[in-house]
Amino acid sequence: MSKVTVIIDGREIKAPAGRKLLWVALENGIYIPNLCAVEEYARPPASCRLCFVQVEGREKPVTSCTLPAADGLAVQTRSPRVDRLVRTAFELLLSDHRLQCASCPANRACELQKIARERKLKLRYGRFPYLQREPAPDDSPQTFAFDPSRCVLCGRCIWADQEVAKIGAIGFSRRGINRSVTTFKDVALAESPCNECGLCVKACPVGALYFKKTAESK
Amino acid sequence: MSTATVAEQYRALRQEAAAAVEALKQKPVVWVGTATCGVAAGALKIKEAFEQEIKERGLDVAVLETGCMGHCYAEPMAIIAKPGHVPLCYGRLDEGLVHRLVVDFLDGDDPGYEYALVALEPNDLFPTFSDFPRGVYEEKMILEQCGFIDPGNMDHYLARDGYAAVAKILEMKPEEVLAEVKAANLRGRGGAGFPAGEKWEACRKAPGEQKYVICNGDEGDPGAFMDRGLLESDPHRVIEGMIICAYAVGASRGYLYIRAEYPKAVERVEGAIARAREKGLLGQSILGSGFSFDLEVFQGSGAFVCGESSALVRSMEGKMGIPEVRPPRLAESGFRGCPTVLNNVKTFAYVPAIIMKGADWFRSTGTAGSPGTAVFSLVGKVNNTGLVEVPMGTTLRQLIFDVGEGIPGDKKFKAAQIGGPSGGCLPEAMLDVPIDFDSLQEAGAIMGSGGLVVLNEDDCMVAVARYFLEFTQHESCGKCTFCRLGTRHMLDILTDISRGKGSLESLELLQELCEDVRDGSLCNLGKTAPNPVLTTLRYFRDEYEAHILEGRCPSLMCKDLIVYYIEPKKCSKLCNVCVGSCPTEAIYTRDDGLKAINQEKCVKCDNCLKTCPVEYNAVIKLSPPSLLAEKEGKSK
Repeated sequence: MSKVTVIIDGREIKAPAGRKLLWVALENGIYIPNLCAVEEYARPPASCRLCFVQVEGREKPVTSCTLPAADGLAVQTRSPRVDRLVRTAFELLLSDHRLQCASCPANRACELQKIARERKLKLRYGRFPYLQREPAPDDSPQTFAFDPSRCVLCGRCIWADQEVAKIGAIGFSRRGINRSVTTFKDVALAESPCNECGLCVKACPVGALYFKKTAESK
Repeated sequence: MSTATVAEQYRALRQEAAAAVEALKQKPVVWVGTATCGVAAGALKIKEAFEQEIKERGLDVAVLETGCMGHCYAEPMAIIAKPGHVPLCYGRLDEGLVHRLVVDFLDGDDPGYEYALVALEPNDLFPTFSDFPRGVYEEKMILEQCGFIDPGNMDHYLARDGYAAVAKILEMKPEEVLAEVKAANLRGRGGAGFPAGEKWEACRKAPGEQKYVICNGDEGDPGAFMDRGLLESDPHRVIEGMIICAYAVGASRGYLYIRAEYPKAVERVEGAIARAREKGLLGQSILGSGFSFDLEVFQGSGAFVCGESSALVRSMEGKMGIPEVRPPRLAESGFRGCPTVLNNVKTFAYVPAIIMKGADWFRSTGTAGSPGTAVFSLVGKVNNTGLVEVPMGTTLRQLIFDVGEGIPGDKKFKAAQIGGPSGGCLPEAMLDVPIDFDSLQEAGAIMGSGGLVVLNEDDCMVAVARYFLEFTQHESCGKCTFCRLGTRHMLDILTDISRGKGSLESLELLQELCEDVRDGSLCNLGKTAPNPVLTTLRYFRDEYEAHILEGRCPSLMCKDLIVYYIEPKKCSKLCNVCVGSCPTEAIYTRDDGLKAINQEKCVKCDNCLKTCPVEYNAVIKLSPPSLLAEKEGKSK
């Protein structure tokens, strides 16, 4: 793949032509908030709507996970418009996320916390009240558990399950506000084809999928 | 094969069809409009009644089905074509009128002009469509045969030069066909107005052996039925357009994606495909030309989001109907990863006429940027509801007040909701905006696929915005954050406002959130979902403020902000109607014999207001509810 030069926040960076800008930035130590991004996807899901950047010459921010690197492409990772969209998307995600960081297994390793820190956003319910949907957790597997009330629907677990582990125990189901990560027919994970390889748990950027402490320490 | 064969084969088909249609003209024919709209109004019973009455009298009359003429307000309708008489169309039929028409007209010789709606051919006795205001503005490019031919009988389409465009293009080069469509500047009628020719060209140029042509019949806007009407009334026109497209882009297979809630459209299109195949107009080597193309119907399961191109294609592949990032566009990588053209039903329907009459003919109608016509389903608070086709550039005022003949009753026009859940509400001040893709977008609405709901003074704009948002929120696929959660919070804010629980800050938040959902969503459904809210905020902000600041619904529509009240001055001791109409026994008789409402029991069902006899009109709605104390204080 031929190399091109992109300019991120004024820095000239060499990158393979066509590589999505999000990965170019992350690899060069420039943080752009993201949850759903998996580089191996042929077509990025672009569903979390957090990785917006401002492209020079374009009015509206675009998602960097879908933006191919091209020679001379100049972007800013921050702009008033970018910040506004990122803040709204972040607050919207929080409004459907059970915020109890202190008791969350992902505390200090959580991507939401990282985004809040990097972008100086508040980790509490603000403009949008908590939706309090709190679907029931599934702790049927021996080694891990799934708490959908913390799930941000990024789909990284599904990638790990379907494309890496090639098991197919979980997938997205339902639509709209009820979209969720479930097993086929909503059976408990222990009754699904899941073999507890743990890849989905490692892929989870928040505390929705987590290893049981007892199982780990034993 | 020689090109002469194509023309010859077509001529033979057409001659045979023309002969069959000519034979039909020798005896009286009753055409009953049995598109879904007609059937809903009782057309099947009317057809049965005709058949029964005709049989009883032993008359030699054919009773045939036809599609939708577009005059919904007058359904059920029928045309009676009797040799020696000008063909007449009758509306609002019932069994009694059918009896009368059979006895007096079909058995006798009195056409019953007093019951006729319109004559179909110019004559000295009765007005034709062009003598009505609607006929002056209407110009039918794609609906011209709807309601006048039997969609189940291919001869009717063939006899009117149907498939002549296919015969013509098979003797042209695909590039020439493409050039003609490009020259016509035919813009996609699904809503966004993307030039069809460019789409086709991209698909033609895209590498790949297998290419597909798909027709998007996943019409899902509330109150819209243009595509359904066309598919049910003139399916061959759409099929012909698809064949031409397939030839231009080099596709060998095509699909008509029709939602399963349109069983009649599915049935008629499947029938039309089968007959076209029998006549050699679909399948291997069409008309002996060597060009092969076949079609089938794919039934969608009725998700609004599947009207979005990438979601539509995914659902055809057996996956969840969820939009994907573009590019790549469908023209490069569409159905099963192959180059695909996806156009709306109406877009394909324009193509045969463009081929036959030329790009210049098409461009002579409409505006420079949006040539051709626009098809609307005109519904809501308007006298002549129906399926109408007017040149692009016609103003909303002409469409609503001339074609639609205005607002029923003494009510005042308030807004036109145009473009469905992705569109906007335009106020009276915008009535002179010409209807075309670009002008409407500037005004904050979109052309959409053609839904137009007329709203009057009784419609609360907060409730209207809420209605459409409830729809998009429910139909959101849930994939991206803005649409999944943003529309939910927008709906919650609107619900609060409609209950008088909003604040000016929540109004600001609503505006901001709408803008962010518009700018941040993944697909066009999310991007356009805020339009009904944004336009009502822009043009009817005073109504939002009345709800918030005064707890008052100016249109007396939001249930939480109104109370029902019986005015003692108007109420009569002699009447008990409202008491019986109340489902919760909230209405009681006072000591003086007049009626009053127990507010605690009242569920605001509106029954008492509807049933109170016109001579009294004693039931009124009050908003804000605090007015009640004032009224009751005065009356005591």
